[in-house]
Amino acid sequence: MKEWWKSGAPWIWLNGGAVTISMIMVFGLLLLILVRGFGNFWPHGIFETTYMEPGADAPVRVIGELRRSETLTGEAMRSAGVDIPEDQVLVERHLVKMGNRDVTGRDFGYFIDDFMDEWRYPEDITVLERREWGDFLGTPLRLLENDVTVAVGDSLWPEFQQRLERSNDLFDEIRRIERGAIGNVNFRIERVRLDERRAELRGTTTPELEAQFAQRRADLEAEYRVLEERLNRLYDDAARDSLVLRVADGQEVTVRLADIVKAWQPNNMSIPAKVGFYVSDFFGFIFGYPREANTEGGIFPAIFGTVVMVLVMSIIVTPFGVLAAIYLREYAKQGALLKTIRISVYNLAGVPSIVFGVFGLGFFVYFVGGQIDQAFYPEALPAPTFGTPGLFWASLTLALLTLPVVIVSTEEGLARIPSTIREGSLALGATKGETLWKVVVPLATPAMMTGLILAIARAAGEVAPLMLVGVVKLAPTLPIDGNFPFIHLERKIMHMGFHIYDVGFQSPHAEAAEQLVYATALILVLLIVVLNLTAITIRNHLREKYRAEGD
Amino acid sequence: MSQRNPAASSMSAGLFEGSTRTVRSLADEEIAISVENLDLYYGDTQALKSVSMKIPKQRVTAFIGPSGCGKSTLLRCFNRMNDLVDGCRIEGAINLHGANIYDRKTDVAELRRQVGMVFQKPNPFPKSIYENVAYGLRLQGVNNKRVLDEVVERSIKAVGLWDEVKDRLQSNAFGLSGGQQQRLVIARAIAIEPEVILLDEPTSALDPISTAKIEELIEELKEKYTILIVTHNMQQAARVSDYTAYMYLGELIEYADTMHLFTNPREKATEDYITGRYG
Repeated sequence: MKEWWKSGAPWIWLNGGAVTISMIMVFGLLLLILVRGFGNFWPHGIFETTYMEPGADAPVRVIGELRRSETLTGEAMRSAGVDIPEDQVLVERHLVKMGNRDVTGRDFGYFIDDFMDEWRYPEDITVLERREWGDFLGTPLRLLENDVTVAVGDSLWPEFQQRLERSNDLFDEIRRIERGAIGNVNFRIERVRLDERRAELRGTTTPELEAQFAQRRADLEAEYRVLEERLNRLYDDAARDSLVLRVADGQEVTVRLADIVKAWQPNNMSIPAKVGFYVSDFFGFIFGYPREANTEGGIFPAIFGTVVMVLVMSIIVTPFGVLAAIYLREYAKQGALLKTIRISVYNLAGVPSIVFGVFGLGFFVYFVGGQIDQAFYPEALPAPTFGTPGLFWASLTLALLTLPVVIVSTEEGLARIPSTIREGSLALGATKGETLWKVVVPLATPAMMTGLILAIARAAGEVAPLMLVGVVKLAPTLPIDGNFPFIHLERKIMHMGFHIYDVGFQSPHAEAAEQLVYATALILVLLIVVLNLTAITIRNHLREKYRAEGD
Repeated sequence: MSQRNPAASSMSAGLFEGSTRTVRSLADEEIAISVENLDLYYGDTQALKSVSMKIPKQRVTAFIGPSGCGKSTLLRCFNRMNDLVDGCRIEGAINLHGANIYDRKTDVAELRRQVGMVFQKPNPFPKSIYENVAYGLRLQGVNNKRVLDEVVERSIKAVGLWDEVKDRLQSNAFGLSGGQQQRLVIARAIAIEPEVILLDEPTSALDPISTAKIEELIEELKEKYTILIVTHNMQQAARVSDYTAYMYLGELIEYADTMHLFTNPREKATEDYITGRYG
């Protein structure tokens, strides 16, 4: 035993054990996110059964998708008021997604296995993903065109598919007009208002100018009316078809095709069809816009906002961090003051991020932003332009947050450059500045990239400060679009970290949101991996380029 | 003149066997640099003590001595590399073209263009072979492609590296072997046409074959340049240099024609060192 202790083996086991536990935790977390996240898009089967609790008058028909099952003690269930026989120790219960929130008021429910009849999987049960009120589950009965039946029985499903496609094309058209053309007209009308107000503030208003403004406005309004009329026609067109379905309790419900995003019959799908559905659902999630308080639809604006914010942050933090590090390492006189500065910078990395958020809100948004508004955007006041949280302030706050990481990495990189290389340059008659910019800094670029990689990883996952300085639950517009000046630094953005918080914990439909949280977390992890891999590739390329012999 | 030491003469017999060279005298040489009462302090420690010497033009002058004797420090005084060391203070003068390089008005960058330096470990820049050699010229604002091409080719040819690298001038200099890198670094130094080249133990990190090539090169370069070399290898000093200075504890003990110093040292300390009885 003593021999074993002396051999150093316990240390190896201790260290190896620590590594193992860390790996298990990391991979366990990733696995959970992967399984739950990717599982979200699979079209699960829908079962139908009857449910009769002891003491109920009649059995209830249940149609739904099994979300999860759990085993509880009979004791606990009895104390919760469920009528379970005294001798039963364990009870299995199922969480079932039933949809039809608008019809029954209850889209999720717990059912106890013992009171359930046999589960059947009828092939004609249809799931409708709707633009509002979540999913709809039912059996299609007939298809209506302007309240006249056009298809029943076997011809119903193909006809419905065809008409749904038409309705979705119409919807896309409506979307395009609303978001694109009308958004653009509104943007220009606002521009006219601001121009007019600016002229008013400067006192340069003349009758000709006013006439000009009135003319511009009239033109835009005419343009708007044309669009509006087209939109109304499209809306009428889209309202043509509807589908009648029977829901679990036997009631017949009419759903307009215009309200349906997608329809599928999971019990009637082959495996390849399910895979195809899965893939299209996955991409629909990535490239779609959120609906229903973010609990439905896609997360494209959040992905886009996160990426744009991280990029803007990188553009801000890299030059600042690198320049500061070069000064600290190369020019500043080493002494007590420098030591204090360095310790302060290092400690900045340990300040809780919410503190940065508060600082960003108080200093950047209200003070700096307020000044900018007064100086450059007086015509828009009292509505703030930069004096309100937005993309630029969020990026700037994160840049401040990640600055220490970049400084520390760059400094370490500079310290690692062998002095012989500097001397070689100086000996050829280079000044200190020339040596720095032509030889030393290029050699330190891989270290700067390391700093940037760490900064990106931190920034993409940060949530708390962003809530204060520019991230919102739902942003009406993307920070980059076709309207001049194309990148709108003052706009509010959506962010995936905040999206997870919002959907998971601020949503009225917790059950519906749960899977979205996993899916969003998965995309966030993938996004950070992609951003990091890009940066690592660039770094490796630089390393290869500046590889010293034996390095 | 002291009595000829049997040990010293037996060693020198080996070193200079077959040599046809004659003993030279500094008095006959044209002087490139003169050092006058040079004192150098690192903080409170005095590293060079009142060194005075005259360096002959277009000759190879070697500095030998045990580790820490100040020979590298002295070498670094000639292009003011010691300026980079914190707490380094210099008194006395080094005259180049009649002007003291430690004068306040001296342009250090300009001085370093006149006095090139090659270090112990090859230190090419993380650039292409071509850009390494062109670096000094680019610093001077020369960006004319034709001029650069010409100078790069001439410099690399001068160090005998042309045939080995002419097909890969644009590839990274780190891809060369240690010996090739060291010759490249010498090419880089001579590309800006200095008058003096300082070599700080240029072969200590190289294998014997590369060392032999560098020594041959030194022989050729002295046709055009004044060369100062610090070496730990006494055979090397004997092989390549015309004059040798022996230093010990920051003092210049003896400075004379190489053959004379090795075969007939004036000082006991020099004799002890070259016969290996030191330390």
